[in-house]
Amino acid sequence: MIRSSRGLAAGLAGLGLIAVLAVAAPLVWGGDAAHLSGAAREGASGAHWLGTDALGRDVLARTLVATRLTLVMTLSATAIAGTIGILLGTAVWVAGPRVREAGLRLIDVMVSYPAVILALAVAAILGAGTAAAVVAIGVAWSPAFARLTANLAASVAGRDFVAAARLLGVPPHRVLVRHLLPNIAEPLLVLLSVAFAGTLTALSGLSFIGLGVQAPSYDWGALLNTGLDALYTNPAEALGPAVAITLTGVLASFVGDGLAAGADPHRIGISGRLKKAPVPVAAPAADDGEALLTVAGLRVSAGGVDLVDGVSFTVRPGEIVGVVGESGSGKSLTAMAVARLLPDTVTADAGALRLDDLDLLAGAAPDRLATEIGVVYQDPAASFNPALRLGGQLTEVLRRHRGLDRRAARTKAAEALAAVRITRPEARLRRHPHELSGGMRQRAMIASALLTGPRLLIADEPTTALDVTVQAEILDLLREANRRDGTAMLFISHDIGVIASLCHRVLVMYAGRIVEELPVGDLVAGRSRHPYTRALLDATPRVDAEGDGELTTIPGRPPAPADRAAGCAFASRCALAMPKCTEEPPAAISLGADHRAACHALDQKVEENAS
Amino acid sequence: MTAAVQEAPAPPPVKAGSRVRNPWIGFLLRRLAGLAGVLAALVVVTFLMVQLIPGDPARALAGTDATGAQVERFRHELGLDRPLPAQFGSYVSGLLHGDLGTSFQTREPVADVIGGRLPFTAELALLAIVLVLALAIPLGMAVAVATRGGRRRRLDAAFTFGTGLLGATPEYVLGTLLVLVFAITLRLLPAAGASSLSALVLPVVAVALPSTCVLARIVRRETAVVLNQDYMRTARGRRLPPLALYARHALPNLLTSTLTMGGLMLTAMLGGTIIVESVFAWPGLGSRVVQAIINRDYPVIQGTVLVLGILAALLNLLIDVLLGLLDPRTLTARSTS
Repeated sequence: MIRSSRGLAAGLAGLGLIAVLAVAAPLVWGGDAAHLSGAAREGASGAHWLGTDALGRDVLARTLVATRLTLVMTLSATAIAGTIGILLGTAVWVAGPRVREAGLRLIDVMVSYPAVILALAVAAILGAGTAAAVVAIGVAWSPAFARLTANLAASVAGRDFVAAARLLGVPPHRVLVRHLLPNIAEPLLVLLSVAFAGTLTALSGLSFIGLGVQAPSYDWGALLNTGLDALYTNPAEALGPAVAITLTGVLASFVGDGLAAGADPHRIGISGRLKKAPVPVAAPAADDGEALLTVAGLRVSAGGVDLVDGVSFTVRPGEIVGVVGESGSGKSLTAMAVARLLPDTVTADAGALRLDDLDLLAGAAPDRLATEIGVVYQDPAASFNPALRLGGQLTEVLRRHRGLDRRAARTKAAEALAAVRITRPEARLRRHPHELSGGMRQRAMIASALLTGPRLLIADEPTTALDVTVQAEILDLLREANRRDGTAMLFISHDIGVIASLCHRVLVMYAGRIVEELPVGDLVAGRSRHPYTRALLDATPRVDAEGDGELTTIPGRPPAPADRAAGCAFASRCALAMPKCTEEPPAAISLGADHRAACHALDQKVEENAS
Repeated sequence: MTAAVQEAPAPPPVKAGSRVRNPWIGFLLRRLAGLAGVLAALVVVTFLMVQLIPGDPARALAGTDATGAQVERFRHELGLDRPLPAQFGSYVSGLLHGDLGTSFQTREPVADVIGGRLPFTAELALLAIVLVLALAIPLGMAVAVATRGGRRRRLDAAFTFGTGLLGATPEYVLGTLLVLVFAITLRLLPAAGASSLSALVLPVVAVALPSTCVLARIVRRETAVVLNQDYMRTARGRRLPPLALYARHALPNLLTSTLTMGGLMLTAMLGGTIIVESVFAWPGLGSRVVQAIINRDYPVIQGTVLVLGILAALLNLLIDVLLGLLDPRTLTARSTS
């Protein structure tokens, strides 16, 4: 699992060198470090690279020799902190619920106190000295260890296999050793390297202020202390231990960062790309003069991979156009590209992207974008800002782009909430989003999207996160807005049933392309022609289904964007596939008014009929 | 560091028409109870500090060359010959009367010692905390915005390396280096003491800079998370100018998670302050308690640890109140004292 990285490698190599130094330095430079040269407090010179201390001893030699004591102390303190912390942190999870609650609470309180204060208290009891400092720092760091171990254990203890082991009567200590520890070993390793850096700093700090190692012994902290006194006469005397402490700490944190990055599954880059034949950019279906929204040859890509691959369509004034497809078909990306709200990692470009006279490609004016396009998002719980009250969020566009004052904007927002049948709209405006139910939040989102009387409403799976009864309410609201205000809509859904009940026209997307485009009447009447649309319909449960009503599934799964073949992306799952299908992408062919499909099999039939 | 943050469970949706009890009342009641518990624990712990001295506390305190009679007289003076509950009783009643005992070493009342030094520590720690917040939040946000979606990889690398290096430099090492550069070499600022305003600069920077770097990294990571949230897309959909987008929509959310994770770090800065005081001969509690520990001056140690503990508790409370103001959902969540 552990991914190698430059930081990790450098950290490990550096720490390895320091470890070698810890073993060898006292043997090699032990004599120099103790030798009284008679030249006290001399600056850096060829003979003494970091000068000499008050007794004329070589500072560089002393810094190198001190590596051993410093490392031994740091490792001991880390071991104490780790042992106490891991025992405490896992024990609370093995213990009963009441002990656990009390234990976690105690650990929380301990962690919230600076470790230095705790260390001072322990050092005060034990007196100043090497062993006392090690114990003090070890004890002081253990709550942090216990807390993080408990957090890690909590995430594992909640998993099924631990619960199962407990139900099977496996004794607590066996659950701990067999199930808990192995599963948190890797993050604990990260924690250990972080703790190593922390205890090194803290121990050296204790020695620095005179509470740790006492003369004649010395570690880096004690050397830094004497170096501080000599700062005016020989600045280099402090530099040696200062660099040693910092360098070792930085190397340990490199190791920690490297290990943590390796353990983080999110760090997976997008790689691989496939060259394929460009798809012919089809002309939009409707006449340009008639269209409100015109999309031509829209291409959305991320990391060199095309996620949406040359999509063209139009939406007419007052029309509800549905886009249906499986997840990954590019339907939401298409919608967000139209709204100019794609994530930073994704880029879009198109032959044309126009809302009436507004060119969406050429950096349209923010106030027109904000007021002429309304967007309803998929997850109402996540799409409102949790930190701001509804009122502020709903009135923002009116205040910013329509120049309304606060009061007027609030009145309009309250009206909009009332229009989507939210009770006590004035009071709701003072609430935070989490104080509303999911269905109410989505209605508020629709109110927010319709507030400026937009010309186009983009609804990106607005009912997916809601339960069925709420779904119907939301669809009613959208239908109502369309009838009342003539708002055109681009409605995205994976549910062909929902699309059929709401929309006028349907675009069926598969693997980043539109495979069929037809009026809803044709779809409902079973006049869809593309094999994928037909398979999608067969896979949709229907209450009014005649006959045996047996559902079929589409075999296989859609190809990943990077693996899409040169020809038709559906070919590998298609019953009608022929050799041509895998070789060249099918162009859209007209099958009637507003009805087009991109399929070689249909193409052939049309040709046959013509001849 | 993999600091797991527990998501505050959302309270049930409020029914229309029902009266909502102010969540602050419950929060403050619980927190005051917690504070009382922490105070009690601090009193017990500081009391036990003398009792826990390995071997015979009276002999340890009287010194190795004290005669048996001297040790016994010392034991009696300290009340160590009385039963434990009686000792605890007089310790607590002393505290309640503001009597923290008398320094073994200087014979001054401990309350006076602390009263004279606390303002210096508080000044240093609070200024440093303010500086950390004022620097780390804009810096972390700016870097997150500039490097979003994998842009400006070089800035990303420089930020990661620079903050990693400075963040891992201990406050006292940084302090020593700052003295070397700004006081001794450039002669711009005083090296030690607290006689002038300019004397504050180096200690505050030494305490604040490493924590600034650590916090800036947290802010940067949290900002990156917040920028990817759905509600930020909603805000972008409202086509707000950058300042409104980041200051109004992103800041409150990343402050919540940043303070949840970085709050403990702010309290821990109190520890950094204590050590740094020794670098600059800063006349605060830190340098005084070090001297007391070396001299085994227990009344001063007990009083200082007690006061520092209370200071930490108040800081923690302050952070939780801030969190509550930023995100009311945290008021009903379980939190630390």
